[in-house]
Amino acid sequence: MLRLTDVAKRYANGYLALSGISLGVGRGDILALVGGSGCGKSTLLRLVSGLDQPTGGLVELDGSPVTGPRPDIAVVFQEPRLMPWLKIADNVAFGLTGVRRAEKYQLVADALERVGLTRFATALPRQLSGGMAQRVALARALVTRPKVLLLDEPFSALDALTRADLQDHLVDVWSGYPPEERPTLVLVTHDIDEALVLADRVVVLAGNPGRVHVEEAVILSRQGRRDDERLPALRTRLLEALRAAQRAGQDARREEPGPAPSPSFREQPA
Amino acid sequence: MASVERTDPAPSAPAVTGNVLSRLRQGGLADLAVGLVVPVTLLLAWEVAGRAGWISTKLLPAPSTVLAAIATLVESGELWTHVWATLWRVLVGFGLGVAAGTAIGALTGYSTLARRLLDPTIQALRNIPSIAWVPLFILWFGIFETSKVLLIAVGVFFPVYLNLASAIHDVDRKLVEVARVYRYNGWQMVTRVLLPAALPTYVIGLRSGLGLGWMFVVAAEIMGASEGLGYLLVDGQMSGRTPVILGSITLFAILGKMTDLALARATAPLAAWQDGFKGKG
Repeated sequence: MLRLTDVAKRYANGYLALSGISLGVGRGDILALVGGSGCGKSTLLRLVSGLDQPTGGLVELDGSPVTGPRPDIAVVFQEPRLMPWLKIADNVAFGLTGVRRAEKYQLVADALERVGLTRFATALPRQLSGGMAQRVALARALVTRPKVLLLDEPFSALDALTRADLQDHLVDVWSGYPPEERPTLVLVTHDIDEALVLADRVVVLAGNPGRVHVEEAVILSRQGRRDDERLPALRTRLLEALRAAQRAGQDARREEPGPAPSPSFREQPA
Repeated sequence: MASVERTDPAPSAPAVTGNVLSRLRQGGLADLAVGLVVPVTLLLAWEVAGRAGWISTKLLPAPSTVLAAIATLVESGELWTHVWATLWRVLVGFGLGVAAGTAIGALTGYSTLARRLLDPTIQALRNIPSIAWVPLFILWFGIFETSKVLLIAVGVFFPVYLNLASAIHDVDRKLVEVARVYRYNGWQMVTRVLLPAALPTYVIGLRSGLGLGWMFVVAAEIMGASEGLGYLLVDGQMSGRTPVILGSITLFAILGKMTDLALARATAPLAAWQDGFKGKG
């Protein structure tokens, strides 16, 4: 169980990026964090990954506080971030430090098979398309068998068709594990449709400072979800919530003219 | 470069290594032939001009005369002594310079503290002309091999240091972050992320270092030596033997080119992963 209690993040320049975030994600659930740009959703993911530390509140996984990167939490970034000098198999093995060679080989082969890239094991990253590279990034994250997999807008740089393919692919890979071994997924996205296709629960964030605006459970079967007749209504409701959240964020900014947020929170020095 | 094709396979299939290698070999021979066109033409023109009496063979002897001078040195066995002395100095100095440049470059590239402490000093020392070190090195290390080898090492050090330190400093922060997610320690970060990412730039540093090594060996040998190609230069000047001077210069060119080629070949696999432009048709 991943739990955030009253989490806040204030940057060194005084800007309050997140405030009073409390969330719980059950083991094997898929949670989507949706919000406009600059609402702090990527910042929140960095706090959960341990790459950054909250300035208030607590992030816990199964009762132990997250104080830095840890082996049971993996991240897939917006870009594949593969090591260009390593073959695909070695890129997948990048996080398997301290694992014996024979075991490593087996784990990598298994992970490559799950993402359907076995025959590219000896290729270099530059020989792969964007979508394939992102699947390698997914394999690299899954090979360490994390309890929690964080995805920071993982498909936003891809074209629409590839994006839809990879969304289905992610669900397939995730469903490929036995239910008790499925990792918890936390997906950050600005794409309502992506959130609706993938998640059990969607959290809409409002900005200035980033906070939970509304939570919505997606009680739809994963099979054939894209064609479900209840989807359009849910989509409309979430879109309205997102607009309201953005208005709330803009109003907050007008009322409280503090230091302006930097264009991208990810560019903040650690 | 016409015959050199990009051998990158399409995204749908991984490389077929054997095929790529054989193509590279063919490309290498064709490259060599193209590279020889200009020097061979110049040499022929020079020879013709000398024989026709258009230029003074006293000041600029024809290539055949230079070749004869080299042949004489070969016959007397003298040449190998000189070539070996120079080559030995360059190689040992290069080795020392590379070792120091790599160690300190990796340190200042990785550690902000080390960079703040060391880099300003190193950058200041870098601007001292090579010849300026010679008197000091002779006083410190004597007139024999130590001072020469160390002078060359100093020349090699700076480009190696500079390229490695700046390459490590400029490694993509996003890749470093991936390693942070997997809790790489400092040593793992340096050996498994920073150095591999820096290798292509590092190789450029090695090659410019070797080039400077050849420049510094001449400086060292001209200032005082009893053997070596630099000594041969001075000896040719003292005894008014222009063919010997031109012969030494030619040998410097050949040896420099050969060592650079060997280094380029040896280091090519290190940067093979780069998806670069690699020149137009």
